[in-house]
Amino acid sequence: MNIASTFELMLAAVVLGLGIWTIAVHETYSAAVGFVAYGLLVALIWVRLDAVDVALTEAAISGGLGGVLLLGAAARLRHAELMVAEVPDRLTRVSAAVLSVMTAAALVGAVLWLPDSAPTLAPEVVANAWATSLTNPVTNVLMAFRAMDTMLEKVVLLLAIIGVWSLAPDTAWGGRPGPRHRADPNGVLVFLARLLPPAGIAIAVYILWTGANHPGGAFQGGAILAAMWLLAVMAGLTDTPAVGRRWLRLILVAGPALFLVVGLGGLWFGTAFLAYPTAQAKPLIVVIEVAMIQTIAATLGLLLTGAPERSAKP
Amino acid sequence: MSLARDMITLVAVSAGAFFFLAGTIGLLRFPDTLTRLHALTKADNLGLGLVVLGLLPQAASVRDALKLISVWLLALLAGATVSQLIARAAREARTTR
Amino acid sequence: MSDFLTAAVGFILAMLALGLVSILRGPGDEDRMMAAQLIGTGGIAALLLLGTVTDVPAAIDVALTLALLATFASIAFVKKGLSSLEADAPRKTEDR
Repeated sequence: MNIASTFELMLAAVVLGLGIWTIAVHETYSAAVGFVAYGLLVALIWVRLDAVDVALTEAAISGGLGGVLLLGAAARLRHAELMVAEVPDRLTRVSAAVLSVMTAAALVGAVLWLPDSAPTLAPEVVANAWATSLTNPVTNVLMAFRAMDTMLEKVVLLLAIIGVWSLAPDTAWGGRPGPRHRADPNGVLVFLARLLPPAGIAIAVYILWTGANHPGGAFQGGAILAAMWLLAVMAGLTDTPAVGRRWLRLILVAGPALFLVVGLGGLWFGTAFLAYPTAQAKPLIVVIEVAMIQTIAATLGLLLTGAPERSAKP
Repeated sequence: MSLARDMITLVAVSAGAFFFLAGTIGLLRFPDTLTRLHALTKADNLGLGLVVLGLLPQAASVRDALKLISVWLLALLAGATVSQLIARAAREARTTR
Repeated sequence: MSDFLTAAVGFILAMLALGLVSILRGPGDEDRMMAAQLIGTGGIAALLLLGTVTDVPAAIDVALTLALLATFASIAFVKKGLSSLEADAPRKTEDR
């Protein structure tokens, strides 16, 4: 047992223990904290497995944004915790346990019976990188070979936002999500909220740019931008925009709309939907990613602030 | 030259690991939130700084070295301000108890 | 050298685990607020070391992301989902 595998075992043990604690703990606040810690540690695992793009997304989404989403839900449910919770009867609990054990056994079997050289398309992805002249294979797959999936995912994000907005009460329709945050203007929180976002924006743009040839991309950059924007909101430096505003809705549709336009252009001028001419592949992809990072940042930020609570009219 | 670089890495990373150890012992042994916070942030900032210092000689390029230093500076800024906020929350919780 | 650095990663992970046990056990919400901060710094150290050991320079980018997002999460935990910090203003009642 060499040092490397000892370290891997330790990492796995810590993550598992943390996961079990997160599920078992009683207070929802503690569970949200455990979830964030768990997400940050799983990013370590991804780096160990040499999947750095996934590690970036894991750190950004489940480490930061997902945990805060759960925290907001826990805060809204705070009063509900005081009510007596319904405990399911014994038959339900036993059936749930049996179902969970069977699912776990199926997963274990599937992993153990994987063929020794797993079927993979990775060599072909690398071999076809000449089509876009980008060297990051993940970006190639996301933005060129399976660009249709990426475009449809952005549409799914849009549908999620519409779903969240539809929860607004009638008086707050088209209004501002979340409460108006307030903080001491000479305090520590405002200091951090003034100092960190510029660095965060620079890092987000860097991660977007470096995604062409190294791990990175629009989604991770957009998540960082959303976190920086929410930091400013939480410090009371800026208020959430009213969701009825036209410019906000334009930003939200800009990403998938541009994707669609480029795709139709491929159909009109080229060979197929979303086909890029080889010479213009990289500029087209960059333009789409710039539109997408804004859409993703706005969408993720708005998903976290929730349904409109305050009316847009003063 | 490579031996000098490896020596720096060895010494600095070991010192950083020692500070992580000191911080963790402080976390386990100190009695209340404020003292534990002190142990956590002081040791982690110094521990991370020494680890970064130890990894600088091993960096592949100047750009990587600059990125390492900026990671440490970000962690310093974040640690300083967040620990202030946590400490105030802890003091507030104690006075209203 | 790489063996030493891998051992250092394992050591820091062990310290992380011990620190987590202590914080997550600690009574009260204020102790739990430190968890994101601890994982942020410890995770960054482990990531930087891991990046050097496995020769993945992009691990530094993950460490940058981790620094930003762990800070953001820590602040959200301190605010506890409320609209104003309980400790920030003298005796001001919170409004939601």
